[in-house]
Amino acid sequence: MSIRLEDVSYVYSSGTAYEMHALNSVTLEIKDGQFIGLIGHTGSGKSTLIQHLNGLVRASSGTIYYNDQNIYAEGFSMKELRSHVGLVFQYPEHQLFETTVKKDVEFGPRNLGLSEEEIAKRTEDALTMVGMPEELYEASPFELSGGQKRRAAIAGVLAMEPEVLILDEPTAGLDPKGRDEILDQVARIHKERGITVILVSHSMEDVAKYVDRLIVMNHGCPVYDGTPKEVFAHYKELEGIGLAAPQVTYLMHDIKARGLEVPTDVTTVAEAKDALLGWLKKRGLCENACGREQSLTEMEQEAGHDT
Amino acid sequence: MIRDITIGQYYPADSVLHKLDPRVKLVGTMAYIVSLFLVNNVFGYLAAAVFLLLVIKISKVPFAFIVKGLKSVVILLLFAVVFNIFLTPGEVLIRWGFLKVTKEGLRTAAFMGIRLILLIMGSSIMTFTTTPNQLTDGLESLLGPLKKLHVPVHEIAMMMSIALRFIPILLEETDKIMKAQQARCADFESGGLVQKAKSLIPILVPLFVSAFRRANDLAMAMEARCYRGGEGRTKMKPLRYHKPEYKAYGVVVGYLALLIGINMAVSLL
Repeated sequence: MSIRLEDVSYVYSSGTAYEMHALNSVTLEIKDGQFIGLIGHTGSGKSTLIQHLNGLVRASSGTIYYNDQNIYAEGFSMKELRSHVGLVFQYPEHQLFETTVKKDVEFGPRNLGLSEEEIAKRTEDALTMVGMPEELYEASPFELSGGQKRRAAIAGVLAMEPEVLILDEPTAGLDPKGRDEILDQVARIHKERGITVILVSHSMEDVAKYVDRLIVMNHGCPVYDGTPKEVFAHYKELEGIGLAAPQVTYLMHDIKARGLEVPTDVTTVAEAKDALLGWLKKRGLCENACGREQSLTEMEQEAGHDT
Repeated sequence: MIRDITIGQYYPADSVLHKLDPRVKLVGTMAYIVSLFLVNNVFGYLAAAVFLLLVIKISKVPFAFIVKGLKSVVILLLFAVVFNIFLTPGEVLIRWGFLKVTKEGLRTAAFMGIRLILLIMGSSIMTFTTTPNQLTDGLESLLGPLKKLHVPVHEIAMMMSIALRFIPILLEETDKIMKAQQARCADFESGGLVQKAKSLIPILVPLFVSAFRRANDLAMAMEARCYRGGEGRTKMKPLRYHKPEYKAYGVVVGYLALLIGINMAVSLL
C-alpha cells in the first residue's frame, strides 16, 4: 500500500510565453503510515506535487501508482482515488459554501454515495476530531472565527475518511495557539488512525517537531529526503535554496562554537534541553543541573513550545 | 483549461509595437477596422492583409499565437460565411432544393470571411502588445475631452482597469475552488441539466464570497492611500508623444491613403 511516482514531470501553459516547468522527473515513494513533511520555497513545486497525488493535476509525463494501480490507466476511478487521498488546500475555509457547518462537512461523504447513517456518523466523527464545539454544528460557516472555519474545512476532508491526508500549509494565517492545536490534532489523527499524513509547511520548527520523514523541494525536484535530523544537517545548503534549519539547531551550533561539547543534530527544543542537561551531568554539575531543569522547563513553557 | 483562452491576452515581448504609446495603437486599430469596411475589392484586401502581416512581424508575437485566438470565433465566422453564401440573391450557380448558391453570395461570403479574420487579428495584435493598464490609460486620455461634458472618464477607466485586473484573479480563484471541491469528490460533469446547475453551487458561493472579500480589501487599500478620484490626480508614467509615435501615426495615415488610392483606382478602371 503506497503512492509511487515514477519520473513525473509537469509543465504549466505548455507552448505559450508563460511556459513553466513545475515538476522535473520526480520519482518518489510514499509508504503507508508515514508522517511526511514537505518543504521548499514558494514556487518550488510543492503545491503542484501534492495535486498530482489525488489526480487533480495530470502529469505531463510519467506515471503515478496508487497501491500499484496506475492512476492514469483507463477505467481507474479518480473519484475513488480522491476518497482515499484527502487533500486540504491552503486557506481551505475559502471553499465553505453550505448553510450550516454540518451540511458543509457532509458534502464529501454525500458525494461518495454513502448511506445517511454513515454520513451522519462520519460527519460527527470528523467534527469531533478537529475539536469543533457541538453548539456550532448548526451555525453558518461564515459566522465562525478564522480558526474555526479552518477546522470546519479540514473536517470536510476528514469526513471522507481518507487513508492519506495531505495538508497544504494548514496553519497559514493562524495564531500560535490555533497553529499548535491544529497540528496536535493532525498528529493525533495520524497516531490513532494510522493514516499517512503529508504536511506542506514553511515552518521548520513545525516539521521538526511532528514529521518522521522530510522531503525538500527545489526547482521541481526533491533535493533532500530523510529524517528531519538528516535533512537539517544540510542547513548550509538549505539556506542556499531559501530555507533554513530550526532556530534551536543554530543555537546548538553557536553553543558548540563557544566550546561546549554538545551535539549539533538537535532540531527541537525538547531535544536541546536533554542535550544540554546531558552535558551538565557529564561535567559533574548534576546538582546544579537538577536545579536548572526546573527553570528550563519553565522557560520552555513560556516560549510556547511545551512538548 | 480556463487559462488557455488567448484572445485579449497580453504577450510580453521586446518590440517597437510594445513600447508604442497605447493611444497610437488604439487610434491605429480603430483606423484599421474602419479601413476594412471601406475596402470593396481584392487589391484593397491584399494591401490590408500585407499591412497586417508586416505589423505582426514587427510585434514579435508568434503568428501561431494570433491564429489560436481565431479558434474561439470559428463558429461566428462559419455562420457569417454560410449565411452569406446561401442567402444572397443574384445569379444562381448551383441550386439544391430550396438552397441556392449565387455568384454574389460567394463573393460577399469570401469578403466577409476575410474581413472578419483581418478584423479579429488586427484587434488582437493590439491586446497582445498592450497591457490592460496601458490600454485603459490610453482610453482615458483619448476620452479626456468628454470630461467637459461631465462624463466621469477617469472613473470609467478605473472601473475598466479594475475589472480587467480581476479577470485572471477570479479565473485562478475559480480553478482553485473547483479543485478544492473536486478533492471532496464533487462531480461537475455527470447528471442532467438541473443536477449540473446544482453542482455549480459549491463553486459559485465561495467564488462570490471571495469576490466580495477582494473588493472590500481593494476599497480599503485605495482609501488607505487617499484615493479620491480623478480630479488633480497625476500619473506615474504620463503618456507623452515622442518621435516613434509620430512616425507610427504617419504609417497609419500612409496606409489609409494607400487604401483610398486603390479604391479610387479600381472604381475608375
